[in-house]
Amino acid sequence: MRASTDPHGKGVTMDVTAIVNGVERTADVEPRVLLVHWLRDELGLTGTNVGCDTSSCGACTVLIDGRSAKACNLFAVQVDGSDITTIEGLAIDGELHPMQQAFHECHALQCGYCTPGMVMAAVSLIDEYPDLGDRGVRVGLEGNLCRCTGYQNIVHAVLQAAGEQERHP
Amino acid sequence: MSNVVVPTTLDEALALLAADPQLSPLAGGTDFMVEVNHGARRPVRVLALRAVAELRGWRRDGDVLVIGAGCTYVSMADPAFAVAAPALAQAARTIGSPQIRNVGTIGGNLATASPAGDTLPVLMALGARVEVASTEGTRTLAVDELITGVKRTVLHPAELITSVRIPVARGPQEFCKIGTRNAMVISAAGIAVVLDREAHTVGCGLGSVTAAPVRATDAETFAAEAIDWSTLRAGAGTTERFGTLAADAATPIDDHRSTAAYRRHAIGVMARRALERCLS
Repeated sequence: MRASTDPHGKGVTMDVTAIVNGVERTADVEPRVLLVHWLRDELGLTGTNVGCDTSSCGACTVLIDGRSAKACNLFAVQVDGSDITTIEGLAIDGELHPMQQAFHECHALQCGYCTPGMVMAAVSLIDEYPDLGDRGVRVGLEGNLCRCTGYQNIVHAVLQAAGEQERHP
Repeated sequence: MSNVVVPTTLDEALALLAADPQLSPLAGGTDFMVEVNHGARRPVRVLALRAVAELRGWRRDGDVLVIGAGCTYVSMADPAFAVAAPALAQAARTIGSPQIRNVGTIGGNLATASPAGDTLPVLMALGARVEVASTEGTRTLAVDELITGVKRTVLHPAELITSVRIPVARGPQEFCKIGTRNAMVISAAGIAVVLDREAHTVGCGLGSVTAAPVRATDAETFAAEAIDWSTLRAGAGTTERFGTLAADAATPIDDHRSTAAYRRHAIGVMARRALERCLS
């Protein structure tokens, strides 16, 4: 990464290179730009929603080097050299990721606003803790709010997807 | 804000800090970035420490656990870490949510110096030593020397917290906290109790009930004398008295999260329970 003009001047931009959904992306980014805004506004990956801007709601959850993080809580320039996965990176050749498929089958959404973040948090969760159980899923999704309060079907979906993963490792 | 610098080595980070007094260190950002997004903090320039590999992780050095300032809460919740530092692992597991624990760091918890920082009561109970570095050299501070008030530390602008040293557990330890809900909660009160079966000492740190970190020293001294260290038992009324003495050390306030009276009461209850769990 390098700054392209006077590092203390105004209008400075920095080169950021990151793998986003498997593709290397390089961009000139203003240092103040949040990761979530870079993903949405510059890369057009609008699946990652902005909910609260204060790391409370989890709507902006993405994976950074495989681990869930809130994209409103990082400057884009901080992920230089990292591997980022957003909701758009889960399906392969149009085939839904098992977690997306489970959310679809269990009707684990109402308005859908929290869904991308919920799915990304759940993907990270069952990757780290494959044998969660109902309580483990509920605790593990503590960083994601669903204001439709549709948690029951979300828990069903995550458990179903965890089973899918066990059957098809 | 005009710039974010992203060093990859500690030397580079310290040199940048020494050259620019307006450079604000940024670790996991779980407090810092919330304030930035709210407009409550307007950093001029930011030193993002996420890429400094030397600050990450933890290692055991004989009887001491050396925890990098950039060690994340999720790393401290690791089972191997929990064996060496049970109360700190307990505290780490209660912080925020997985997304927060994946990025938030112990160095950030210390430097933010919020009274509600959940690692602080544990580090106080353990007598942790905090290593601070600048290009001029290093110094080592106790947590209550580092943090002097609400969000106030003795850190100079050119200094960075680099690591925290704690003794490997030599007896039972407990951490408890209480807040308004279970998930994503900021503590209204917290407590850590640490027993050292070899030194026959008790450490008791309080959280969210004082402006700067404190130990409940009267409670510690009382318990250390009341405990039969060969059996880890104590006479009737010991844990209740311990709870009362711990609550006496609290100087809480009324605020949007709780009331002073409730906080003091909660410290008494949690201190009693924590000591009960530590005893046989």
